[in-house]
Amino acid sequence: MLKTVRDLFRYNLEFALGAILILIVFAFAAASLFSPYPPMDIYVVAPDAPPSWAYPFGTNSRGQDVFWQLTVAIRNSLLFGISVALMSRVLSLLIGLVAGYAGGITDRILMTINDTFVVIPLFPILVLFFFMMRDNMSWPMLAIAMASLGWPYDARLIRSVALSLRTREFTAMSVFSGMSTRQILVEEHLPYVLPIVFSTTLNNMNWSIGLEVTLSVIGFTNIETPTIGTMIYWANQHTAMVAGVWWWIFFPVVLVIMTFLGLYLLSVSMNEYIDPRSRLTRMGGQA
Amino acid sequence: MTGDLLNLEGVTKSYASGGLLARRTFNAVDGVSFALDASRPEIFAIIGESGSGKTTLARMILNMVAASAGAIRFRGKALATIRGRRARLDFMRQVQPIFQNPYEAFNPLKRVDRYLYATARRLAGVGRKEVDRVCDEALRKVGLSLAEVRGRFPHELSGGQLQRTAIARALISGPALLVADEPVSMVDASLRMSIVELFKALRDELGVSIVYITHDLATAYHISDRIIIMQKGRVVEGGDARTVLDNPQHPYSKLLKSAVLSPDNAGIDAQAATHASDPNTVPVNVRSV
Amino acid sequence: MNARPHADGSADVMLDVKNLRAYYVMKYFGTQREVRAVDDISLRVGRNEIYGLAGESSSGKTTFIKTIAAAIRPPLTVVGGSIRYSFLDRDIYRLDRAALSAIRWRHLSYIPQGSMNVLNPVRRVRESFIDFALPHMDLPKQRFFAAIVAHLERLQLAPGVLDAYPHELSGGMRQRIAIALATVCRPDFIIADEPTTALDVVVQKSVLELIREAQREIASSMIFVTHDMAVHANISDRLGIMYAGRLVEEAPTAEIFRSPKHPYTQHLIASLPRIGDLSAKRALTGAPPSLAEPPSGCRFHPRCPLAMDICRETHPELVSIDPRHRVACHAVSPAVRPDGVFGATAKQRTGLVQ
Repeated sequence: MLKTVRDLFRYNLEFALGAILILIVFAFAAASLFSPYPPMDIYVVAPDAPPSWAYPFGTNSRGQDVFWQLTVAIRNSLLFGISVALMSRVLSLLIGLVAGYAGGITDRILMTINDTFVVIPLFPILVLFFFMMRDNMSWPMLAIAMASLGWPYDARLIRSVALSLRTREFTAMSVFSGMSTRQILVEEHLPYVLPIVFSTTLNNMNWSIGLEVTLSVIGFTNIETPTIGTMIYWANQHTAMVAGVWWWIFFPVVLVIMTFLGLYLLSVSMNEYIDPRSRLTRMGGQA
Repeated sequence: MTGDLLNLEGVTKSYASGGLLARRTFNAVDGVSFALDASRPEIFAIIGESGSGKTTLARMILNMVAASAGAIRFRGKALATIRGRRARLDFMRQVQPIFQNPYEAFNPLKRVDRYLYATARRLAGVGRKEVDRVCDEALRKVGLSLAEVRGRFPHELSGGQLQRTAIARALISGPALLVADEPVSMVDASLRMSIVELFKALRDELGVSIVYITHDLATAYHISDRIIIMQKGRVVEGGDARTVLDNPQHPYSKLLKSAVLSPDNAGIDAQAATHASDPNTVPVNVRSV
Repeated sequence: MNARPHADGSADVMLDVKNLRAYYVMKYFGTQREVRAVDDISLRVGRNEIYGLAGESSSGKTTFIKTIAAAIRPPLTVVGGSIRYSFLDRDIYRLDRAALSAIRWRHLSYIPQGSMNVLNPVRRVRESFIDFALPHMDLPKQRFFAAIVAHLERLQLAPGVLDAYPHELSGGMRQRIAIALATVCRPDFIIADEPTTALDVVVQKSVLELIREAQREIASSMIFVTHDMAVHANISDRLGIMYAGRLVEEAPTAEIFRSPKHPYTQHLIASLPRIGDLSAKRALTGAPPSLAEPPSGCRFHPRCPLAMDICRETHPELVSIDPRHRVACHAVSPAVRPDGVFGATAKQRTGLVQ
């Protein structure tokens, strides 16, 4: 595994770039553990100071150090993205594999549900969700809501692969070897959909972080918790751009772009590496 | 009907085609009947070209698809009545498939031995300690050993070895019937006949009956006891393999036989065509570096 | 070697391949693998001749025809040797893209295993003819179509197929059209890659007859590749047998079937099933070797019933045992058995030929 990562790093430029970007972002998030100020506190430093040696990213109009504030914000955003991605992956895998393998009436019912979710307009639903929850709105709640909306495209993708796997001779061979359905799905078919799962995980993180930023910027989330989105929300509330406090917006935006780019590059390069066909060629077989 | 291992009565499989309004059905398999005797193991060949319905018929015998009409009985029990996991496992213990493409029949990303172990544990109910011995025994019946196969991926074995492994796996649960769909068409020529000969040995030494599905009249002649010839889902001729193939009666059977390429008149065309020139009549000094 | 080779008295050589070596050189994340798919092959194809090339999977036959058709894409690399066509003054693999497309169809054409490789699935057959043949025929459209129809009629194909889409036609019909397409420009050389393997037996026979007819009619030369010895028996004039990247035997087809010399060829022919023959077929042990790690010496020695010490150490040269018959086998070659009864001896010892 380590060797694989090293080889990828050496021979794949996209991977190297993506990994470096993501490492920086994660290191930044990890730095939040050493933050000298509690993240929710305001007016702990002099407000509106431009970047300097003492405050590398400056301070904002609420008297917070942008650097330390940002470490906490990116950590929360990443945690949010990862939990949405993981939850929605479980859903899409389960539904995609079962629908594809079972076929018939099971497939039709699951795909009807799937398509219903596909056509639901996401944004208004999430805004509605915010107005329903109001004061009870918490980040775990939002993550669950987004996870339950973020699976259908990928479930359909996984189903299409599972459909073709079902007709392959080795599936019949597994059945006639007495393997259980669970065993066939998990041990025989899962390796073929893993590349999809992997690249969609990274894409899904991008999607959920992006949507979170959008919702937060216009204030439809729990604005008390610092995230990239809520940082920009507060900056807008204090008309940071007009007031010339550009660093309050600039650094969060740069960091979130680095995250998007890093995740995207990783998903592209890993995809190529994990693809069963190219993996087979590396192993010395023919696809 | 207790004497029959396998009995097919008017078996038909129809598929719907066309749109909602102009809906038509077409019979992939149309009224096929035959029976295999339980007390007399034999190799029963089903011969046909693509579109003859021979593969659909094989899948129905394996209970992978249900017949639209007619009945298939295995040891007197209709396949349509097999319900539940226990009954299905019991059926699979006695009837096993051999597939066409050995490279497809084993998951390319998985080790080959997992299918042997799974069959031994789950179908044959072998205890953990006995698994290796049982698998090795089965592999030895086909001229391999567990040492050659263990831990290997499909691409590390030749097509012939893989097909033998597939046959060994099918033998683990001690089946009475093997259904082999074009088992040698993807196997290299130098290994093909050894697999065909292996089927004969399985019949004679283990008493396994084999439904051998093929388009190749020559190998069918070589190993089968009885044959049926299918065209567009129907059986056009059937009976003792030698009798039918030595002297086919139905026009389609005659056509099939006449299309078999014989190696016996090799190069006759070439000799007639004297205007073909051969650059090697002037001796060539061939040097290898 | 410059200019035209063998300018002396070998005007009838249409294709002259010398010591051709084509390897797959693969680099995956730091590990390099080399697969010697074509390793030192020399052969000639004469005018108006169908040269059959037989071999199993991983014998290198597919790589060989890719190379002589100049369809060389990485990781496939020509490492050495020459490929001279009579209509070219240099090795075909040195041509650039423009020069290659100038000779395609006009001088060198191709019949693939699946006709969908040449027929565009979303266009009528007529358009495929226009795409491939028109630029090479140098005729006004009206006369061009007259020529096409005449050609189709010679091959007993109804001109109506021109207006059909490929998917409306049966596999056999599509393959017939691919043959018509490959022969319409009267090319000097045709490469046929398993053209009948995907067809049913009844169709296969008539398609083989069509290939033979078309080739005789336009008097071109052909390399016909298939693993099926029965097909070779019915179409090839001369036959080359490939094993693990090397040519192990070559002779006129009738001669190969009557008296095969190499133990591998003997096995291939002896194990052919025939209607009316019930004798048990003997099997070779082992399996074709991997081209990434071929055995030392003669590549057939691990499976050979005649293997001697020398076979494990040095690889046998392909030598002429008579003017039309070449074999690469230590048990047959005069160097080892100077008594001159090599063929018979090999046969008796393997017991493969009755």
